[in-house]
Amino acid sequence: MSEPTPQTKPESVVAQESAAQTAEVHAASTQVATTDALPEVLEVRHGMFGAHGTGDTSGYGGLVRTVAMPAPVQRPLDGWWDLVPEVLTRTLPDSGASYEAAVEKVVADRGEVTFFVRREHLVAVARALRDEPELRFEICTGVSGVHYPHETGRELHAVYHLLSITHGGRRVRLEVVCPDADPHVPSVVSVYPGNDWHERETWDMFGLVFDAHPALTRILMPDDWPGHPQRKDYPLGGIPVEYKGAQIPPPDERRSYS
Amino acid sequence: MSDQMTDAYAGSGADQSLHGHVLNASGGDWDDVAAEASALHEERIVVNMGPQHPSTHGVLRLILELDGETVTEARAGIGYLHTGIEKNMEFRTWVQGVTFCTRMDYLSPMFQETAYCLAVEKLLGVTEQVPERATIIRVLMMELTRISSHMVAMATGGMEMGATTVMTVGFREREKVLAVIEMITGLRMNNAYIRPGGVAQDLPPGAIDRIRDMIPSLRVGLRDLERLLNENPVLRGRTVDVGYLDLTGCIALGVTGPVLRATGLPHDLRKLTPYCGYETYDFEVMTRDTCDAYGRLRIRIDEMFESLSIIEQAADRLQSTPGPVMVDDKKIAWPAQLAIGSDGMGNSLDHIKNIMGTSMEALIHHFKLVTEGFRVPAGQVYVAVESPKGELGVHLVSDGGTRPYRAHFRDPSFNNLQAVAAMCEGGQIADVIVAVASIDPVMGGVDR
Repeated sequence: MSEPTPQTKPESVVAQESAAQTAEVHAASTQVATTDALPEVLEVRHGMFGAHGTGDTSGYGGLVRTVAMPAPVQRPLDGWWDLVPEVLTRTLPDSGASYEAAVEKVVADRGEVTFFVRREHLVAVARALRDEPELRFEICTGVSGVHYPHETGRELHAVYHLLSITHGGRRVRLEVVCPDADPHVPSVVSVYPGNDWHERETWDMFGLVFDAHPALTRILMPDDWPGHPQRKDYPLGGIPVEYKGAQIPPPDERRSYS
Repeated sequence: MSDQMTDAYAGSGADQSLHGHVLNASGGDWDDVAAEASALHEERIVVNMGPQHPSTHGVLRLILELDGETVTEARAGIGYLHTGIEKNMEFRTWVQGVTFCTRMDYLSPMFQETAYCLAVEKLLGVTEQVPERATIIRVLMMELTRISSHMVAMATGGMEMGATTVMTVGFREREKVLAVIEMITGLRMNNAYIRPGGVAQDLPPGAIDRIRDMIPSLRVGLRDLERLLNENPVLRGRTVDVGYLDLTGCIALGVTGPVLRATGLPHDLRKLTPYCGYETYDFEVMTRDTCDAYGRLRIRIDEMFESLSIIEQAADRLQSTPGPVMVDDKKIAWPAQLAIGSDGMGNSLDHIKNIMGTSMEALIHHFKLVTEGFRVPAGQVYVAVESPKGELGVHLVSDGGTRPYRAHFRDPSFNNLQAVAAMCEGGQIADVIVAVASIDPVMGGVDR
């Protein structure tokens, strides 16, 4: 088994160095990203203030704005980040997967690294990240759902943040996507028991079904609540309020900017 | 039995054949209920403790299965204070977000504000441009808040055990801190003082002196608490070896904060991944190795002394660090001079006079920035700070617009409450209250 080059130094030294390097390293990686691949366009918005058609007298009707997320990067990744694909490449075959099959793309942005993991391999990846001594991400600080209704076939994202105390506070982000029509993601409660409530919250708020979760029930909303409130197609609600004689519309009916 | 027929929450006939006789304490005479229960010769009872119960830190509902006095199963039910703060933040500007997140864990507002602002600044890429003075003020405010939060943890924890003196001493000392926070921000809580790019307002004249005056009296108060608690045989009897959770349990459940430090692991994000310049302050991470409620209590007291030391260091630095408290970039900085009026903090009249009377451009700029807000480049970040309860994480997603696309708060209380079952099952029902108090959950943060 070939040791990665940074590993010749003591663990703690590597951790300190990489933490210090992350900031400068990040600047370089984003530059690479822009030349390598274009940012990923999620959505194209037209006009302004939510007005469409002939009713728009704002003069902003011709405005076009693209919503684009940072582009993926290629290996080698910067600093200790490259340890993750390295170790996963070595260990994933043991559980019948491979790095290429499990990780769809890697995004490095603002000094943080995101591994987009295909959902069927999530548990194997999480287990490797937790158990392999070079990685040792002991704590999962929960899962956060994000709803991108315009990303057809990839509407729902589950975002996991992992923390390694052993290696001086390293963090990685795992992102799993699934279509709205089939909102299933495997539960990582078997690897990180503390994710129990976090997954229940994400189910409650986004309708993401975490398969094999021990008791996937609503946690914040009442048991018989219809819908999942933090999805983008769920209205915020509210009533107009009178303030100093003027009617103030509810927040989701106020002027918005594209 | 006729009562049960009209009771909407009564068990159905089918349930009774499956699970035996169902008892409902839906009004009526308690003696009758008790007599009915004893007629069954069964000690197993399921008790709903809360959501309206004085010892559950707000609206926490504990579902306890009891065998006599022993808790065989404990489950926490939450959501009674869910106010949709995260959803609401998606409909406000980035600056308005501060006003919302400060209301999550209402006992440690500065931590949500700081974590959120650090995340917005990271998304904007202006982390390096935040003025030194603003960062020191943030540290000062966070440590003041840590003391006030720990004071409430002591006070309510003591009260729940029946020690009302602990409660009065705790709230008395907290009031000293809140008076300083009120002097600086205009509000005791829900401050919305820390803003993306800096803080809302520089310290008012005399604030440093006020802080310096407060510190000795707070030390005296803390010593009072120590003398009252540390070797108190009643308190030790209630807390030693109660609510036991060891390192393995903490890591598995993702528990952080004083609960984790009570297992002997000196885990503190201020040391591990410093932010706001914490690496330049001189302080210790307090630990105990008892894994119990007593250790957590002692850690909180010790941490308050450490916080006082950080506050002194921050006060020294503030005296020698003049300067702005907001980034230079006028496209981000709130275009107003704020003043504290009779009804709280608001735009200063001088500033309004200036933009209304002398500068049309300033007026337009003010209007655009206040109504539309600034845009934040698309992407996502996760920023974590060490709140009094543990790791407070903020996951922010921007679509490049004037509002957060998604704002998620990983509240430490939410995560740590999962440990209730591990801490309480097999113990006595009276210990449940001590165990929950030692986690120090704040339901505003749990339910958001």
